[in-house]
Amino acid sequence: MTQAASPPPRVGLFVTCLVDLFRPSVGFAAVKLMEDAGCVVDAPAAQTCCGQPAYNSGDREDTRDIAKSTIEAFEDFDYVVAPSGSCAGMLKKHYPGLFHGDAVWEPRAQAFSEKVHELISFLTDVLGVTQVPATASGKATYHDSCSGLRELGIHGQPRQLIASVKGLKLAEMADADVCCGFGGTFCVKYGEISNAIVEKKAANIAASGADMLLAGDLGCLMNMAGKLKRQGSGIEVRHVAEVLAGLTDQPPIGGK
Amino acid sequence: MQITSPTFKANAHAALHDAHLQRALGNVRSGFIGKRAKAAKALPEFEQLRDNAKAIKDHVLGHLDIYLEAYEKKVEDAGGKVHWAESAAEARGIILDICRMNNARTVTKGKSMLTEEIELNDFLEASGIQPVETDLGEYIIQLRGEHPSHIIAPAIHLNKDQVEQDFRRVHTEFPTDRDLTEPQQLLSEARQVLRQKYFDADIGITGANFLIAETGTSIIVTNEGNGDLTQTLPRVHIVIASIEKVVPTLDDAAQILRLLARSATGQDMSVYTTLSTGPKRVSDPDGPDEYHVILLDNGRSAMLGTEFQDALRCIRCGACINHCPVYHSVGGHAYGWVYPGPIGAVLTPSLIGVDKAGHLPNASTFCGRCEAVCPMRIPLPKMMRHWREKEFERGLNPAVARYGLKFWLWFAKRPRLYRLTTYLAMPVMGLFGGRKRRFRFLPLAGGWVRHRDLPAPEGRTFMQQWRDRDTLKQDAHA
Amino acid sequence: MNSRDAILGRIRNVLNATDAEDDPRRIAATARIDFPPRGVIPARGQLGLDGRIKLFKKMAEASGATVEKVTSPADVPKRLAAYLRKHNLGAKIRMGGDKRLRSMPWAEERTLQVSIGPSDGTDEVAVSHAFAAIAESGTLALVSGRDNPTTLNLLPDHHIVVVNAANITGDMETTLDMLRENFGKGVMPRTVNFITGPSRSADIEQTLLLGAHGPRALHIVIVGGK
Repeated sequence: MTQAASPPPRVGLFVTCLVDLFRPSVGFAAVKLMEDAGCVVDAPAAQTCCGQPAYNSGDREDTRDIAKSTIEAFEDFDYVVAPSGSCAGMLKKHYPGLFHGDAVWEPRAQAFSEKVHELISFLTDVLGVTQVPATASGKATYHDSCSGLRELGIHGQPRQLIASVKGLKLAEMADADVCCGFGGTFCVKYGEISNAIVEKKAANIAASGADMLLAGDLGCLMNMAGKLKRQGSGIEVRHVAEVLAGLTDQPPIGGK
Repeated sequence: MQITSPTFKANAHAALHDAHLQRALGNVRSGFIGKRAKAAKALPEFEQLRDNAKAIKDHVLGHLDIYLEAYEKKVEDAGGKVHWAESAAEARGIILDICRMNNARTVTKGKSMLTEEIELNDFLEASGIQPVETDLGEYIIQLRGEHPSHIIAPAIHLNKDQVEQDFRRVHTEFPTDRDLTEPQQLLSEARQVLRQKYFDADIGITGANFLIAETGTSIIVTNEGNGDLTQTLPRVHIVIASIEKVVPTLDDAAQILRLLARSATGQDMSVYTTLSTGPKRVSDPDGPDEYHVILLDNGRSAMLGTEFQDALRCIRCGACINHCPVYHSVGGHAYGWVYPGPIGAVLTPSLIGVDKAGHLPNASTFCGRCEAVCPMRIPLPKMMRHWREKEFERGLNPAVARYGLKFWLWFAKRPRLYRLTTYLAMPVMGLFGGRKRRFRFLPLAGGWVRHRDLPAPEGRTFMQQWRDRDTLKQDAHA
Repeated sequence: MNSRDAILGRIRNVLNATDAEDDPRRIAATARIDFPPRGVIPARGQLGLDGRIKLFKKMAEASGATVEKVTSPADVPKRLAAYLRKHNLGAKIRMGGDKRLRSMPWAEERTLQVSIGPSDGTDEVAVSHAFAAIAESGTLALVSGRDNPTTLNLLPDHHIVVVNAANITGDMETTLDMLRENFGKGVMPRTVNFITGPSRSADIEQTLLLGAHGPRALHIVIVGGK
């Protein structure tokens, strides 16, 4: 008998509350991309939210409770992957600090955080994916969501995979790395400022000449799509995973 | 100055509707960012220097008492005098005493945020002493009775036609039909007016970018040369600096200087980096007869040992401000006190109280660009979050936000109930989204839909569909 | 308690420290002052003399200064006279008592008036001799005193600075070492001006303008070297 090949990596999908509630197709695109790359994927039912709304509101105690149940729900997986740089950043960069000095939970959170990845960088940096078989048409522009870019260093990975989509051209916008103004609860608490920021973003998107806007975070995408649609723009807005997985049957975010 | 931080939202609203301001703010985005990036990229050791600069300041903060004492000794050795002030009022009193002892009628000032912090100009005027700001930007806003809107570009909120109006109003000694349409003409006129003021002044007051424990030297960094004239021509030179400005050696200052100008304006070095040590010597034909240093605490030592200590590494380069999308939108005055932008959002609650400045650490998207460019690697978003924690602990955040959060958390902590509720709610909400797949109006979501549409949910939640898929799979295997 | 003791006491309290002479923190701090550790030195300036001169010229020009090279101090007066003519300036300069400047053959420039002393603001052109220069950033180092009064660096419209090629260092730290050597460890002249280009301001709409309060033009003459 020959030695069995190493078992496929078991990935727990942290689907994120926004994808779960607003855009499940992003979750299925994530599953498809990871399954195509040889992973076994499951989405444990005990997950809800990464805790950022509480964490960024200064409510550490509730954040810790949520973090504990998230860690428990995902501890058995080889990897924990989220289709969001913001939520992955929370899980990876902020969970351990929540339990600073806690003899039991700090090491547990540390071990957990080491397994956490954002979807696209997981595909490229961990699984070694360099291209996808998807096809599309037209010109896409890519927005770097802040947490993914600055907490997790995601910049080239999505662009590399977008470049491999047959028929799709990447048209960079000015200030692709500047915040879209979403900022979680910020966009509601300081709606006017948020609006001023997303107006600049929408102008840059329009000026890029792209007919499709892609990004890796649904919060930012909903914000930008909401602004573009309010302005009557025809630009299609999608999560980058949808295009990379070739799952674009659903109408774009915020409709056509 | 009147603190208007508590009305940040109203300030921001006004700023967003101020066409002059919005035009001027475009200059922040178009200028500083690209220049900094280019300068940082041109120096391969830039990131290493950031690490070292952080280490230097952390070392200083752990030995602050010793370096301050060493610095004081060296200033005295060089013939200068060191005064210690715990509060703004005490610092103002010391300055007034020095002015009175020298029968001072006018003082020229180099650019100093610390003198803004202690509201020196108003105080001097009330005491019958005329302060003259000499930095071009500071001079302009002094004419207008305003405060700086940026820590290195104090008049960045103004356009040249506004400056022209002020010059015509104040500089009545010039012919009324003169041409002032070009910035160069405005600069020449200001140069002419201020040149005489340097000579007339009895006392020159400057801030300090660094105090050097090794030599008792104060360092100022300017591009105009105004601070340098301010501290060279009058008979008395007063330096006012906060206690965290001390560094051990000239070499340490050299390390941080490599970051300062690059981070601020994208220059390798600012034009004038001027080191002053004591009053003029017997062999000096120019320079001041008296040299005073005021070491001001004003809340700094209370930040030591707290989660806000890292903010004491700040070198006031303004990079965080230049890169902040919120600042780009509302400008500096909306923040309502001396220090705007991300560093203001951290410092202001420390210095005037989080009860007054509570909005500032909240008015951030946590985009992290400030921390990414901070030469001293100050974790600004983390510290803003710490302020939010303090506010949350004290129940200072608005009730609506608190209860909204609690409502959400109640579900988020109960996965089964969360599932059940969302299984039921999202398809209904999806249905309401209609053919357009978005909402223009939605109850309870006014903050969102006032400015943009809300994309509608697709319908059934991911977890709901995932369960179905699992069930299907299991059936297929059966 | 006076403010000094209150502030220092608060700091020591937070740091859990004492003011004892044998506090290990004190020993560490004193050692750092006595033997300043070398930080990160940019590789760009670590060149031989020729390389440093070239880099200095390039960086100084990038900062808006003009630079020329002469082989001998004796060449300086006629080159300065040419500079004045080129810029339509009066044949008049002000300078300090620096022997290196005074020993130059000024008399050969018959029409040139040279006066000695600090500036009262009426001089159009001043000449200084730099203490040293820094190649990595194109910066001049000038020290105050009778030889080169500080007002000459700041008040005239045109500032002409002579620097010996041999005193062009690769980095700021080497210049600081020269200061320590010259004035003694821990001792400094009243003023050291590090000057990089002519005075400027961008305070009006971020438009860069030269000649804010200091000189509108900075001209550097490198003496010696290749």
